[in-house]
Amino acid sequence: MQNAELRARAMRRRNFTLIIGLVLTAGLLLVVVGGNLLWPFGAAEIGAGGRLDSPSLTHLFGTDHVGRDVFARVLDGAGTTLLVALGTVLIGSLGGLLVGAVAGYFGGWLDEIVMRISDGLTAFPSVLLALVAMSFTGAGMWNVVWILGLLFIPSFARVARGEFARCRNLDYVKRARLIGASHLRIMWVHILPNTLPVFLSTVAIGFNNAVLAEASMSFLGLGVQQPQVSLGRMLADSQGYLFNAPWVAISTGAAVVLLVLAFSLLSDGLQRKGLRRIRFLRKT
Amino acid sequence: MSRAILEVENLNAFYRDGRTRRQVLHGVRFELMEGEILGLVGESGSGKSTLARVILGLEPDYTGTVVHHTERPQMVFQDPGGSLNPRMTVRRTVEEPLIIAGGYSRAERAEMVREMLGLVGLDERYLERLPAALSGGQRQRVSIAAALIRRPQFVIADEPVSALDATVQAQVLDLLWDLHRQLGLSYLLISHDLAVVEEMCGRVMIMQGGRIVEAGTVEEVFDAPEHAYTKQLLRASRGSC
Repeated sequence: MQNAELRARAMRRRNFTLIIGLVLTAGLLLVVVGGNLLWPFGAAEIGAGGRLDSPSLTHLFGTDHVGRDVFARVLDGAGTTLLVALGTVLIGSLGGLLVGAVAGYFGGWLDEIVMRISDGLTAFPSVLLALVAMSFTGAGMWNVVWILGLLFIPSFARVARGEFARCRNLDYVKRARLIGASHLRIMWVHILPNTLPVFLSTVAIGFNNAVLAEASMSFLGLGVQQPQVSLGRMLADSQGYLFNAPWVAISTGAAVVLLVLAFSLLSDGLQRKGLRRIRFLRKT
Repeated sequence: MSRAILEVENLNAFYRDGRTRRQVLHGVRFELMEGEILGLVGESGSGKSTLARVILGLEPDYTGTVVHHTERPQMVFQDPGGSLNPRMTVRRTVEEPLIIAGGYSRAERAEMVREMLGLVGLDERYLERLPAALSGGQRQRVSIAAALIRRPQFVIADEPVSALDATVQAQVLDLLWDLHRQLGLSYLLISHDLAVVEEMCGRVMIMQGGRIVEAGTVEEVFDAPEHAYTKQLLRASRGSC
C-alpha cells in the first residue's frame, strides 16, 4: 500500500510531459535537418515520381500533382516553418523580455502605459494584425518573421512583467539593492535567472503559436512565396486534389500537428517543472 | 564616550494605499550609539519594518532626517528562505557584495568568503550549495555572512530568528551576540519577542501605531513600564510563558 503510493508519487514526480515533449521536439528537429540533407529527392524536383502517386517505399508520402516527392516537400516546408518560428520567437521573446522586465521592475506609470498598449494589441488576433501589416509590406518569408515577431512581443512582455514584478519585492532583491547593485545588475543577475523556468515555458508555447501563425498565413497566400515551400502553402495546394490524393493533405497536416504537439508538450512540461520548483521553495 | 552612528530626527513616513497616502510613522526620533544593540519592539503593522526600510533608504516617501555616521548599514531579513536568491550558491551570495564593490581579486574574494563563512560557523562544504539544500538556521547564517562581508559597523536585523525553531533561534542569537562582541557591531534589533530583546539589547524602544511610545534601558522599560501599551505587551508575554 505504502509502497504503491511511493511508486505513484515517484511516477508523478517524473515529468513525463516534459520528457515526451523533449524527445518529440528533438526527434522532429533531427528528422527535418537530417531528412533535408539525406533524402534523395529535392522539394522542387518535378517528376521525381508519377503524378499523384500513392505512398510507397520510394515516395513515403506519395507525390503531388506535378510528381514532386511529398516527403521531401514536407521536410523542406517544416524547415521553413521552423525557421520562421525561430525568428519570430527570437524577436518576440527578446523584445518581450526587455519591455516586460523594465515595466515589471520599475512599475508605476511606465508599467501602466506599456501594459495598456499590450492589452490593446492582444485584443486582436495576431494573425489578423499580421495580415493587415502584410498588406502594406507585401508577402515573403522575412516580412512574416519580423511582423509576427513584433506582434508576439506583448504576450512575452506580459509574462516577463509578471515575473519581474513578483521578484522585485523579494528580500533577496532588496538585499541586492542594499549592497549597491545597479538596477541593470539586479534585473540581469538577480532576477532574470529566477524567471527562466516560467519564461522558457512561454517560449515553447510561442513556438507553437508561431508555427500555427506561419502556417495560417502561408495557407492564405500571404506568407512564404513560391518557390519556397512551407507547410501552410502545401496545405493550400493540396486542397485541389483532396479526394484524389488525400495523402498530401494528410501528411502535411500531420506534420503541423506533430510540431504543435511537440512544442505544447514541451511548454506544459517546463511549466510543470517551474511550478514544482516554486512549490518546493514555498514549502521549505 | 561612545558616539552616535545613526541619528533619526522627526521622521514621518507614508505608505501609498491605492489612492490614499497613509502615514505610518509619526515623528520618530532616536539615536543609535556605536557598539550598542538597540531593540525595537511592537506588534506587526506598528511600523517597525517601515522604519528599518527608511533607515536603509529603501522607502522613498518620508520627511524628517536620517543621518548615518557610518557606511550604509546592512540588513538581516526575517525569512531566510526569501532573502537568499534561490539560483545563487552560498559562495556567490556571500561574494556578491564584494563583486559589486569591485577592487578585489578573485583570490582575495575567495579568501574573504572563506573567512566570513568561518565566522558564522559554516565550513567549505557549504560553498557550492544552493539555498534549497540548507536548513533554516544555515540560511540565516549565510544571510548574516552576506550582510557582514563588507564589514559594516551597523546592521539592522528584522525579526532575525522568528522564522526559526527554538533551538536554532538560540544558536543564531548566540552568533549575532558573538559577532557583536568580536567585530564591535551595532544592531538595531527588531523583534516582537520580548524575551529576545531582554536577552540581547541594552536599550529598547516600544513602538505602537507608528510612534515610539516608550524608550529606555531594558531594565527601566521592562521593570517599570510607564506606558499602558508597554504594560500590556509585558503582561501578554509573561502570561504566555
